[in-house]
Amino acid sequence: MSGLAINDITKKFGDFSAVDNVNLTVPHGTFVCLLGPSGCGKTTLLRMIAGLEEPTGGAIVLDGDDITALPTHKRNLGMVFQSLALFPHLSVGDNIAYALRIRGKPKEEQRKRVEDLLALIHLPDFADRPVAKLSGGQRQRVAIARALALSPKLFLLDEPLSALDAKLREDMQVELRQLQQRLGITTIVVTHDQREAMTMADLVVVMGKGKILQAAPPIEIYRKPADAFVADFIGITNLLPIETDGAGRATVLTAVAGLSLPAGMSKASLSIRPEDVGVAAPRSGALTGTVSFVRDLGGTIETFVDVGGTTIIAVATPRERPNVSVGQSVGIVLPPESCVVLKP
Amino acid sequence: MRREAPKTVADYTPLFFPGFMLVIFFVVPFSTMIVVSFFKRDPAGFYTPDFVIDNYARFLSVFFGSVLGFSLVLAIIVALCCVAIAFPFTYLLTRCPRRVQTLWLVGLLSVLSLSEVIIGFAWSTLFSRTAGITNLFVALGLMEQPVALLPSFGAVLTGMVYQALPYTILVLYPALVRLDPTLLEAARTLGASPLLAFFNVVTPALRNTIVATLIMVFVFALGSYLLPQILGRPQHWTLSVLITDQAIYQSNMPFAAAMAVFLVLISLALVGMMLLVGRKENAL
Repeated sequence: MSGLAINDITKKFGDFSAVDNVNLTVPHGTFVCLLGPSGCGKTTLLRMIAGLEEPTGGAIVLDGDDITALPTHKRNLGMVFQSLALFPHLSVGDNIAYALRIRGKPKEEQRKRVEDLLALIHLPDFADRPVAKLSGGQRQRVAIARALALSPKLFLLDEPLSALDAKLREDMQVELRQLQQRLGITTIVVTHDQREAMTMADLVVVMGKGKILQAAPPIEIYRKPADAFVADFIGITNLLPIETDGAGRATVLTAVAGLSLPAGMSKASLSIRPEDVGVAAPRSGALTGTVSFVRDLGGTIETFVDVGGTTIIAVATPRERPNVSVGQSVGIVLPPESCVVLKP
Repeated sequence: MRREAPKTVADYTPLFFPGFMLVIFFVVPFSTMIVVSFFKRDPAGFYTPDFVIDNYARFLSVFFGSVLGFSLVLAIIVALCCVAIAFPFTYLLTRCPRRVQTLWLVGLLSVLSLSEVIIGFAWSTLFSRTAGITNLFVALGLMEQPVALLPSFGAVLTGMVYQALPYTILVLYPALVRLDPTLLEAARTLGASPLLAFFNVVTPALRNTIVATLIMVFVFALGSYLLPQILGRPQHWTLSVLITDQAIYQSNMPFAAAMAVFLVLISLALVGMMLLVGRKENAL
């Protein structure tokens, strides 16, 4: 099979399982984001794919070849580190040409490749500059170009954009995604920024406590999260407890929402995205609450409504803005088709 | 934090004490030595104030030229050996767990507590025919019969490298600990074996540290005068040995002072040259 397969990979540090029996298949040319809170094992998993950590168990298969025991320098991959790890004693051009140079490629070929890569990252004529004289975004691009110098089979990035400021980071996300699509290279990015993952990935892999919690396209993760943890980690969501009465009817807070729980489940959580929550005048059949805070961000308006001690957030655009103010009593509408029932 | 440049005399007060110490313990003795180096030796007593350059003119002999040359070459070889051994060693040490590192550093510090005399006599025993390591080789069947490994150049070199190695490691250690480990990992992902990555990433990234360490060990080795006498033949004696000999046993203070001044100037010139070459290469 063309692509990367991770089979039953485990990594233990002493008694602690950093990565616990992970299975993942990445078809050739896919952009994957490993997403999760710090300490969830995403970086360890990436380092095992790179060969910088040795798995305690399991196998890593690239294009049908088992590479688990292959040392890093024979794996033919490109990696961008969080620190970027540009060689301080070399110029931009020499950094990019490093992989070609140690393989003894002819000078002319090295020069040509450096030129092509510098054009690719929109930094032409930078070859002779010292690395220390570059800005953050430029260093980032040089690190990417250096990793791509040998046209590797796998492109790995460990929190590559975390050192950049917010605006530059957003630009680089788009640029990185376009670059990946142009080259068609299998790419795995580790990030803790869900927005970054949504922007770039074909496949988002949400990890927690060393396990994969859900692996799916971004919009599916957003719309159909596998559990409460994933729902809460990806974007903002309202997580409400569901309780069943004696007759098996599900109740959310005080109102009956007309929901039924899957068989055998007596307790669950309901996840509803803020943009799906409707705010209207109080009426029967809807939840009733008091507006506790209004955050007007210009582009969007967030309304915080206190319903019996639980805060529900509703987001609207200014055009459809509900005309409410703090302290006002409002009705909350939770459209059943937007509600997702999750394991608690 | 930005500090303001000192403006009034009062702002310079913290400098008075170190400045005072520097004058008392360095400027005054060194100036005295420079002055004495131009005095005339009085064979009956000590020396008489004068201004002669005979003391310096005496260097222009093959004998002193070769001793000076030997001293410099020995110090350079010691510096190169120390860095060649200490650099990979310290690099591997910084990759060890914290506990192992502490243990090694404590051990190295304890070697520093040994005086030059003890080091000299310990090695002279180890290199002797009667009780030396060659007896061990004989017992292992590697040699026919025990031999004396001293006095010899190798013995002098071993003793001096042994003495300077802990300093070298302690000077290199902070720089190597701070080295970003991802530099080496990056080189490996780009196809360099760990050994190749060590030589063309770690070593050049720490060029300035290595140059500074070479200079330190060179200056340290240049002052050694006990080990060459204990472990070497007279032809292995350094200029420092001759200075001691002239000053103490020949009572020729002006000549000893002239040699000392000359040694300082030569080593300053070498250090300056090394820094200049280093800067030029950095500018490329």
